[in-house]
Amino acid sequence: MDLADSPEEGEFRARLREWLAKVLPGLPPKPSPDDWPARRAYDLGWQRMLYDAGYAGLHWPVDAGGRGAGPARHLIFLEETEKAGAPYVGANFVGLLHAGPTIAAEGTPGQRARWLPPVLRGEEVWCQGFSEPDAGSDLASLRTRAWRDGDAYVVSGSKIWTSHAEVADWCELLVRTDPDAPRHRGITWLALPMDAPGVTVRPLRTLAGSNEFAEVFLDEVRVPVVNRVGAENDGWRVTMVTLSFERGTAFVGEVVACRRALGELAREARANGRWDDAPLRRRLGRLNAEFRALWRLTQWNVSEAEGTGGVPGAGGSVFKLRYSHARQELYDTAAEVLGADCLDLGRPWVLDRLSSLSYTIAAGTSQIQQNIVAERILGLPKGR
Amino acid sequence: MHFQPTDDQRALKAGVRELLAGRFGRRALRAAVDRPGVLDRTLWRELGEAGFFALRLPEPDGGVGLGLPEAVLAFEEAGRALLPGPLIATHLAAGEVAGAATGETVVTAAYGGLVEWLAEADVVRGEAAGAVPVRSVDPLTPLHRLPRPPGAAPESGPEPVAVLLTAAEQLGGAARVCELAVEHARTREQFGRPIGAFQAVKHLCARILVRTETARAAVYAAAVTADPLDIAAARLLADEAAVHGARDCLQVHGGMGFTWEADVHLFLKRAWTRTQRTGDSTQSDELLAEDLLPVRV
Ligand SMILES: Cc1cc2nc3c(=O)[nH]c(=O)nc-3n(C[C@H](O)[C@H](O)[C@H](O)COP(=O)(O)OP(=O)(O)OC[C@H]3O[C@@H](n4cnc5c(N)ncnc54)[C@H](O)[C@@H]3O)c2cc1C
Repeated sequence: MDLADSPEEGEFRARLREWLAKVLPGLPPKPSPDDWPARRAYDLGWQRMLYDAGYAGLHWPVDAGGRGAGPARHLIFLEETEKAGAPYVGANFVGLLHAGPTIAAEGTPGQRARWLPPVLRGEEVWCQGFSEPDAGSDLASLRTRAWRDGDAYVVSGSKIWTSHAEVADWCELLVRTDPDAPRHRGITWLALPMDAPGVTVRPLRTLAGSNEFAEVFLDEVRVPVVNRVGAENDGWRVTMVTLSFERGTAFVGEVVACRRALGELAREARANGRWDDAPLRRRLGRLNAEFRALWRLTQWNVSEAEGTGGVPGAGGSVFKLRYSHARQELYDTAAEVLGADCLDLGRPWVLDRLSSLSYTIAAGTSQIQQNIVAERILGLPKGR
Repeated sequence: MHFQPTDDQRALKAGVRELLAGRFGRRALRAAVDRPGVLDRTLWRELGEAGFFALRLPEPDGGVGLGLPEAVLAFEEAGRALLPGPLIATHLAAGEVAGAATGETVVTAAYGGLVEWLAEADVVRGEAAGAVPVRSVDPLTPLHRLPRPPGAAPESGPEPVAVLLTAAEQLGGAARVCELAVEHARTREQFGRPIGAFQAVKHLCARILVRTETARAAVYAAAVTADPLDIAAARLLADEAAVHGARDCLQVHGGMGFTWEADVHLFLKRAWTRTQRTGDSTQSDELLAEDLLPVRV
């Protein structure tokens, strides 16, 4: 057991730090959270800088245009970029963490060549069209229909909670191609161009007041058959590759950010006198223990993935359960530090508190994650 | 970074588990429960021979020459087996108290407000004069209370290595109650199916695992860094995993969980005992809170 960088890791970290120190001061100011076109441009601009410096797709396989770095080096990248205050993946999230890795794993050479370079170069944005109004936790019950018509699929239905849909060029879309097959067997994975005729995006306002996600209506949209990744009706398996990526590495930078927020919170508490409230102060101390542990759990999971060739294990569910709860606890504690100011949206952490509420829902609710842990790790019988 | 245990470390852990399964299996555990307050000196010497106490003592001094991570893995196994005795105090005395390393001498220590195994110990470290026996809630840990004048400042608590090894024992206990809960949930049937098919039971088990695995990462990391803050964090997480784990395991066992015969209560009581051994948990909270503020000059 060892937590120190190897010489190569240390060198990688040092060079990355040097590069970040050089480029970050020259970044344009962060756009306003409501200005989606500006946010897209900002996120893509950052991705382009990463690409030019050789840091794009660090964890992707080399033959997919990535750098083939193992999970440990990817962890260093995420840790250092977050510590330096570099932009978050933002609109590149689905492209880099879901759709891209799926295409890298399951796509044909032609599909890889078409879709992967623009993701790495910061030219195209992807969104994820999985959830539907009647298919959330029970994703396999999805009903958006697709039928073959010559060299195209004709797709009708609707998707919901689609993050970044408004600014996306592509959507990784799950559709039902065989309504008669058992639920998991009749699903197909398609790359949907968001500008295709028949696609309508209607923004949804979140409880935090912003338009982070949208409804996507599909009315006889023609999607070329060549846009299908994996075999027809094999989309469920293709999708599971993506979801395991999501749960493996998606929150690394955030844990670092939470630790920083916790320090700021302590300083605020000292400034406003609430530090003298022993139960509150101890609650902050306990959160320090919590986020230290979550960081160690990340390192543990990454070391494990390193041993299995980069495939994140079920440990991702353990992490997600604990982390999403800890994040909510962090911002609930922030509210206590703020006192009555916790109702003022102009104060720091108040919006963060609101958005933390989605963490036990998005990417598989905590209840579903507990089912996964119980059934897949502990081997308890499937319910139903 | 290779945070996972090495092959040697895995082998060591498996070796300790095997030794304890052979020498302190369920029958021995229950026999010990039936003879409260008696320490098995033969077993103690066998542990000494196996290098349990001399694990971190340098080889030139007759020790095994291993480090904290190895000690943590060994004590995790001890916690898992509910091995009784002042293991940590004796381990820490190796090389300092004659016979501790080999298991000839049983050493206990006066940490916090209590002393474990005082009557059975050959040597007591720290001030234990005037200690009075307590009717210990844990049948496998006899306790004495140390006299403390009312209003005295809280004890400073044991040294960080003792805190860490206690956390390792807690981790082992948590991992074991997770297994016990899952075993019971798979085999006990109600309403025509294993109770583990019911989501309420499943989620209890899942939460035991989540707490255990989070604690594991914290405990192992603290073993690598030996940083007092990492150790304090490990202690808080491991206490939580052990105590809540045993509670949830008890719940999964239903009426059986409330019996003397089932082992669950032994895990819960030992977990409670260990939380007291390492001093008041608010001290760990405070240490970690202080760490959040910039260093004052
Ligand atoms: C901020 C945010 C962003 C999102 N982005 C995307 C995106 O980009 N693309 C996308 O496809 N989706 C996205 N989602 C959707 C997300 O994946 C779903 O919200 C989630 O899977 C839950 O589905 P649901 O909302 O339909 O809730 P439901 O499935 O209806 O669940 C409602 C409640 O019932 C519980 N429940 C349901 N089934 C069970 C069960 N078997 N056992 C126990 N409890 C159960 C749930 O835990 C929950 O508490 C996003 C969601 C959020 C909040």
